Amino acid sequence: MNEILIPAVEKIKQQFKAEVSEFRGEVTLMIPANANVEAAAILRDEFAFDLLTVVTAVDYCPQTSPRFHLVYIFYSTVNKVYLNVRVPLDGDTPGIRTLETVYPSANWREREVWDLFGIHFEGHSDLRRLLLPPDWKGHPLRKDYPLGYEEVQFTFNFDEIDTRKPKGEL
Amino acid sequence: MREIQEFTLDELKTHLSEHALSGQTVVLNMGPQHPSTHGVLRLILELDGEIIVNCIPDVGYLHTGIEKNMEAKTYQKAEVMIDRMDYMYAMGNTLVYSLAVEKLTGLQPPPRADAIRVILTELSRIQSHLLWLGTSAMDLAALSTFLYTMREREMVLDIFELVSGARMMTTFIRPGGLWRDVPVEFEGLVRNFTKVLPKRMVEYESMLTHNPLFLDRTKGIGKIDTKTCLAYDVTGPTLRASGLAQDVRKANPYSGYDQYDFNIPTQNEGDVYARYLVRLEEMRQSVRIIEQALDKLPYGPVRDQNYKYVPPPRSEIGVSMEALIHHFKLWTEGFIPPIGAVYTAVESPRGEMGVFLESNGTPKPYRVHYRTPSGPLLHALPVIAKGHFVADMIGIIGSIDIVLGDCDR
Repeated sequence: MNEILIPAVEKIKQQFKAEVSEFRGEVTLMIPANANVEAAAILRDEFAFDLLTVVTAVDYCPQTSPRFHLVYIFYSTVNKVYLNVRVPLDGDTPGIRTLETVYPSANWREREVWDLFGIHFEGHSDLRRLLLPPDWKGHPLRKDYPLGYEEVQFTFNFDEIDTRKPKGEL
Repeated sequence: MREIQEFTLDELKTHLSEHALSGQTVVLNMGPQHPSTHGVLRLILELDGEIIVNCIPDVGYLHTGIEKNMEAKTYQKAEVMIDRMDYMYAMGNTLVYSLAVEKLTGLQPPPRADAIRVILTELSRIQSHLLWLGTSAMDLAALSTFLYTMREREMVLDIFELVSGARMMTTFIRPGGLWRDVPVEFEGLVRNFTKVLPKRMVEYESMLTHNPLFLDRTKGIGKIDTKTCLAYDVTGPTLRASGLAQDVRKANPYSGYDQYDFNIPTQNEGDVYARYLVRLEEMRQSVRIIEQALDKLPYGPVRDQNYKYVPPPRSEIGVSMEALIHHFKLWTEGFIPPIGAVYTAVESPRGEMGVFLESNGTPKPYRVHYRTPSGPLLHALPVIAKGHFVADMIGIIGSIDIVLGDCDR
């Protein structure tokens, strides 16, 4: 482990009972879902992690507990180190508090996660879909959402195929 | 017919001032088909006369679901799609993906592959900056710059065509090294380009840097400070123009960038003009890096020899049974990396471009997420544009240099 990371990792580990793991030189902290805002504030204020580089999620369907992992990657422009933080989330309609108050950049990133994974961010100021049209049904990056394909329409069967096209209602 | 929902009034209420509802200010739609938005970007502007009071970017018109598609393909086949994300930095898209797969599997690209990767991605950065310079100057009514920069950009695209057969969507950098070695003409063409470009850059500068019309349109326009940049996760030339020398190539070097001698240009003003100066200087630094890499370009293989992950060369397949089996296995089943998740980042012409890659021990990536620099730039656009004229909006969009394919993925 990079020695610059050790105090931050130790503090988060003790305060929030985080699990620490290491893979290919990257340190990942697994923290409980109710601690995300406090942990982020500590990382930003005490350990100079001034960029929230990534907010994304991983779907472990059909597993339900946890079904999702929310992944935050923090970066420090002072110490030039990355720190991964993961939050396990249970169930098909998970919710978690927004990080918008700590990192304003979380606004769009959480909108994207809501759009593509359906993870609800409580207290978010503007939780609209970011990439997909506002009337889209479903959250495409979930593993139970089919990849889908488009049937080729010819002149003789154009109308027939047109009637069963999904049109965003999957 | 399905009705397409637009923004509802309630949604807009949270973003616009109360003057918009009483009719004191005007709400204007700009885009998604507008020549100055450099792609399909839609902006909803609230205007008081000609002054921008509020701005709501609406993205997603170029969303192609590449991340979802990649989950259904093997690691090698998924790579073809990612050229299409940031189409101005296609070499870098494949580089960051290759670096992630290499970190996951433990592959080591040979030194020659690393040096060629550096040359090609720096050329890619130069051609991206050249297109940015031409189009953003054209937006500010300096049309001739566009004709000049496209001429030099063509030289870079010719080099890409020579090495990979494609001008933009190259897929040349592969996990473990390169698709194949560069032809003998490569070095001469790149040396010619690095000799020509600095002279041509004097021509661009003579048209813009001291041009009073250009200065009026750029100085003091679209200011953003370092603190706001960091809060909105803005990286790249926009951050460096506000005074912080943050560059992934220096901070977390990859592909042997620590061996090259180059500077990170910074400016303190954070306005459109500062971003212009930073990008021009970056092109000169890229030329320096390319020359150094060419000077010590080592000879040797361009791919890792671990045939469990990297396809064996064509010449071996005809004579070696083992190579044939490896080839067959790799292109039907794919390779199986260890279980785990990695994050790698490179410096794109717009900022930090990273890829988060998770493997679950199958031949297909379980989750690929691209952290792209254009999204945060657009998120910060309302902050940058507030209080400026609509005409300055054109210059600001040009100066932050967004690529919508990069933002929407």
